[in-house]
Amino acid sequence: MRSFINYPPAPPDWPGGYWWHWLVFTLIIIAFVMTMALIFIWYERRLVGRFQSRLGPNRAGPFGFFQPVADAIKILTKEDIITSRGDRVIFWIAPIVGFVSVVMIFAVVPFWEGAVLVDLDAGLLFVLAMGVIPSIGIFMAGWASNNKYALIGAIREVALLISYEIPMGLALVGVILMANSLSLEGIVQAQEIPFFVLQPLGFFVFLVASLAEINRTPFDLIEADSEIVAGYNIEYSGAKFAVLYLTEYVEALAASVLLSTLFLGGWRGPILPPVIWFLIKVMAMFTLIVWIRSTLPRLRIDQMMSFNWKFLLPLALINLAVVTLVVFSSLPGWVAFISGSLVLIIYLALWSVIFRRGGKFVQT
Amino acid sequence: MNVKTEPLAINMGPLHPSTHGVFRMLAVLDGEVIVDLEPVFGYLHRGIEKLAEEKTYKQVIPLTDRLDYVSSMSNNLVYVLAVEKLAGIEVPERAQHIRVIMAELQRIASHLMAIGTWANDLGTFFTPFMYMFREREKIIDLFEMVSGQRLLYNYLRFGGLSHDLPDEFLPAVRKLLKVMPGYLNEYEELLKENEIVLARSMGIGVLPEELAINASASGPVLRGSGVKWDIRKVDPYSLYQHFDFDIPTGITGDSYDRYRVRLEEIRQSLHIIDQATQDLPAGEVKSKVPLNLRPPRGEAYSHIEAPRGELGCYVVSDGSTNPYRFHIRAPSLINLTCLKDMVMGLKIADAIVTFGSIDICMAEVDR
Repeated sequence: MRSFINYPPAPPDWPGGYWWHWLVFTLIIIAFVMTMALIFIWYERRLVGRFQSRLGPNRAGPFGFFQPVADAIKILTKEDIITSRGDRVIFWIAPIVGFVSVVMIFAVVPFWEGAVLVDLDAGLLFVLAMGVIPSIGIFMAGWASNNKYALIGAIREVALLISYEIPMGLALVGVILMANSLSLEGIVQAQEIPFFVLQPLGFFVFLVASLAEINRTPFDLIEADSEIVAGYNIEYSGAKFAVLYLTEYVEALAASVLLSTLFLGGWRGPILPPVIWFLIKVMAMFTLIVWIRSTLPRLRIDQMMSFNWKFLLPLALINLAVVTLVVFSSLPGWVAFISGSLVLIIYLALWSVIFRRGGKFVQT
Repeated sequence: MNVKTEPLAINMGPLHPSTHGVFRMLAVLDGEVIVDLEPVFGYLHRGIEKLAEEKTYKQVIPLTDRLDYVSSMSNNLVYVLAVEKLAGIEVPERAQHIRVIMAELQRIASHLMAIGTWANDLGTFFTPFMYMFREREKIIDLFEMVSGQRLLYNYLRFGGLSHDLPDEFLPAVRKLLKVMPGYLNEYEELLKENEIVLARSMGIGVLPEELAINASASGPVLRGSGVKWDIRKVDPYSLYQHFDFDIPTGITGDSYDRYRVRLEEIRQSLHIIDQATQDLPAGEVKSKVPLNLRPPRGEAYSHIEAPRGELGCYVVSDGSTNPYRFHIRAPSLINLTCLKDMVMGLKIADAIVTFGSIDICMAEVDR
């Protein structure tokens, strides 16, 4: 299995050298991202349908599997409208900015051992940086639309960005400390025991911050359809809307991929081939995200910010302290597991008290 | 640095996913905070009150269906009661019982829809909504059984009902009564102690008791503010005095209390239906009423506890075959007038939640 993709420490002796590797992997990543996004759209609709005691799409193809394809055809043939007073250039660029930067994340994600486009030494930093850029795309889209709802959505995105990015980064510091590496390949190699066992707190913080990053319930304030109709993408139609819509699912895919790579051990697993394990973990994470989406209502913006600053940030710091202690005093793994779980349980039990007080204090 | 800010005037509606019809909120926002809000309505005005003056008394019944189309049975009932009072028509006891069953089933269906859409306004992705529509569907099936219609029933008549219950109706109601408490517990599990629901709705959209009374609010909006006022108790109609039920009330008058009151009222309605089906008397369901009814000169006002509040109907007769004046006291409209006082200073998301918790039907507001 490992000889199939010849990951080169040095360029191989193929004609074209390293470029073959680059070309093949780029194609694989684009195919993977596009296929998975379509599968996710179908999977989410079916699953949400099940959660809501209905069937979900079941007409186009077996189990409605081709529904995303039909939707794509419909959406691409729609008229592409640009608001007359909007900023045309930014309106055009915005979907592309978001989409490209999210797809870039997959460049450093190992699909199995050695199967990675570029094994960056600073892979995690690259992921964090690329994960933020879609927010800029969203802000551009909202700003250029010349629509009040879109503007509110865009401003919410910027307000949220600062709040969730800090706990997210701190949760990742724990991973880096434990893996002693910034490269995603190195992090997967370091997970003899998956990190979500060793630092449940970090997993929880990263999961919640990811939900905020990919604008999913309970943090879908940016496109809160019961409040600001569709938020930043309200004026988009046709192919541009398709790209925005796809970006959301690629973001969800990226979040699932990162969760499974950083905390669930990526491609590691017994018996089955690594890539199957990888896909299983990704689907499991996405199922969790869809489950949360179909259960929870939406938070208000001030509640969301107080939640992130007053609940998630201390949790991330505690996680960092626990992990630091465990790593530098070479304590066994179960200490980390038990202490992390205990903190998480106590914190969750106190959630309602802390949270409601938080909501009360942040009144303007 | 000198930053210049100005308030943002935003038109929510008439085409907006959570304005429950064609309502328009002209909100002025300072960031996310509402500094001014002006409700605008009238987009669905069809002139029902004027239309009724051109129709015979019987022809007005289908018109009342179109007032509050999610609780047509209650609208039928209030109009029929008014005309019966005007013309002095007696109603057989069996018909009265069936009217109570219908009104309470209608209340359950309407409250389910209210809670479901309110949960949607909170931002749940349709899950409670779909759950509640699953049960509402069963009630609508029952209505279809008796009237052949699923939304605009046109079932009640002066002096009774258009026809008797079909044989399969009572077993179906009993089945519903058996399964419904379980479903209600399911909704409560999903919403009652959900942290986010609590954070979003407790203390949000508070309607003080005094203001509620002064604004003549009624229904769950009034009872959510802690006023024990229910037309079924204070001025019983259609044999409600024979049934045993409680009036649930809230404490603080916030959105959450209104939701709790609605859910509790569903339980009470089930209790009433249970009693009404158990001692359902046999006999006629319609007394003899002339086809072309000419009530004597005069006026009559009837009011009932509709799902949304006190629904009143005022009919004036000049002795001819059509009403001289037909007027509806729409609870939705009067409850809606409190909206501005409830949402001032809150965030825009709270305004949506508060608006959803009032539970209006624009067809009734605009008439």
